[in-house]
Amino acid sequence: MDLRKRILELLEQDARLSVKTLATMLEEDENKITALIRQMEKDKTILGYGTVINWEKVGCDGVTAMIDVKVIPEREVGFNSIAERIYRFPEVRCVYLMSGTYDLSVVVEGNTMKDVARFISHKLSTLEHVQSTVTHFILKRYKQDNFIFEEPEEDKRLVVSP
Amino acid sequence: MSGMESYISQAVRAIPPSGIRKFFDLVSQSEGVISLGVGEPDFVTPWHIREACWYSLEKGYTMYTSNSGLPELRDEIALYEKRKIGVEYDPQQGILVTVGVSEAIDIALRALLEPGDEVLIPEPCFVSYAPGTELAYGKAVPVETFDQDEYRLRPDSLAAKITPRSKVLILAYPNNPTGGIMYREDLEALVDIIIKNDLIVISDEIYSELTYNGEHVSIASLPGMKDRTLVMDGFSKAFAMTGWRIGYACGHPDIIAAMTKIHQYTIMCAPIMAQKAAIEALRNGEGQMRKMVEDYNYRRKLMVNGLRQIGLECFEPRGAFYCFPSIRSTGLSSEEFCEKLLFEEQVAVVPGNAFGNSGEGFIRCCYAASVSNIEEAVERMGRLVCRHKTK
Repeated sequence: MDLRKRILELLEQDARLSVKTLATMLEEDENKITALIRQMEKDKTILGYGTVINWEKVGCDGVTAMIDVKVIPEREVGFNSIAERIYRFPEVRCVYLMSGTYDLSVVVEGNTMKDVARFISHKLSTLEHVQSTVTHFILKRYKQDNFIFEEPEEDKRLVVSP
Repeated sequence: MSGMESYISQAVRAIPPSGIRKFFDLVSQSEGVISLGVGEPDFVTPWHIREACWYSLEKGYTMYTSNSGLPELRDEIALYEKRKIGVEYDPQQGILVTVGVSEAIDIALRALLEPGDEVLIPEPCFVSYAPGTELAYGKAVPVETFDQDEYRLRPDSLAAKITPRSKVLILAYPNNPTGGIMYREDLEALVDIIIKNDLIVISDEIYSELTYNGEHVSIASLPGMKDRTLVMDGFSKAFAMTGWRIGYACGHPDIIAAMTKIHQYTIMCAPIMAQKAAIEALRNGEGQMRKMVEDYNYRRKLMVNGLRQIGLECFEPRGAFYCFPSIRSTGLSSEEFCEKLLFEEQVAVVPGNAFGNSGEGFIRCCYAASVSNIEEAVERMGRLVCRHKTK
């Protein structure tokens, strides 16, 4: 497999792996790994490094909504320009173009349900080309980006076995 | 009644308790320990396999199967072995589904040995071969392998241990605890000796999928060897299914029939839920299995590199998920090293002498552990090594 792909797979699992560790695991030169990562950061193959957090553990009960948005595509730019107008809002976490009965799927975060509702009614629905929205509030998170929320990380193996 | 030892049979009394067991008891009493002492994957069985078992229970598959195992499973095993080692076995008569490879080894030895027959066992090796031999009234004959040979069995070492009573050779590659493998030419070099001395080979290939930078070769695939080899494999390591206790033996119908006789009176059949799960593993498990192997490979490099950096000599293991570094530079025995490492640095590894006398001076470190645990454990081990450097 392409070395870049192997680096990305490992970083996707754990973005905190050091270059030194990566170099050992992949049997490659540290400088080469550093250069490749830099290059991929530059060309936006790597968009950023984040942390998957269970905010409830620190008492932050934010609200997340997934909003199905129907839009009228614009001539020449299709859905892109309206998508851009939506994703520029800092409240918006994700925007996807979807197949099926609606066009854009928008993930919005706010501190309270009111915040999110206000954003939808004041900002999102009022955008030109937005035809309709259907809002789904997330009630509970079970799994996100491959991480399971409630399962304790427990090694059930015997400590020593043949 | 107290003091019932005199009732225990001579054969069982003569078997020493497992060295691993002793160490297990020590480790169990300690807290905050990072364990590299395990002999199993750190993955849980892939969900699709667990789900298949669940589904079979829902459907009411809770009964005995035929002694040899479910026909669909034996069909899948035949296809799998053909893909993996290039040898064809008749699913009807050449394959027996067992309760792990452990059972397969036990019943094979019981089926083959007359009292006093000798079993050649390359060491260091998994702990059950010698006791299994002795419980079958055979004589275990260790054949040493060495780190400078990457723990491959040398034909001259084997030839030196052969007597008129030699009957069985156990080949366990990729090897637990050393991580050594046998390349095609290493196996070819043994064939003449095996045939000339009319040996039967028990080839324990439980780690065969965990072979890095190369392909696993089974001695059964070499000319003239299929009929005199029993290939044993299972699902524990490749598919992360240790607790399911499911494995199998493939070989000549006459030997498989003899083993089946013992199996039917002692075990009856392997549990049906494990057999159902095994079918799913063979039909749809290859993708996830490859992914797990790739992951072990990354961690293998991390551990070998780490051990070498702290000053321990360590040959690069080519298979399984263990490193077997030498700790002779510390001047400590394997057991002393492991006890100090446990009590002073809270890291558990297994003393090499638990795998035979030739393992003295070595320790087994399992890299089926998280990257952070491997790094932390190696660092702690480094502190101990530093304190005990003799040169």
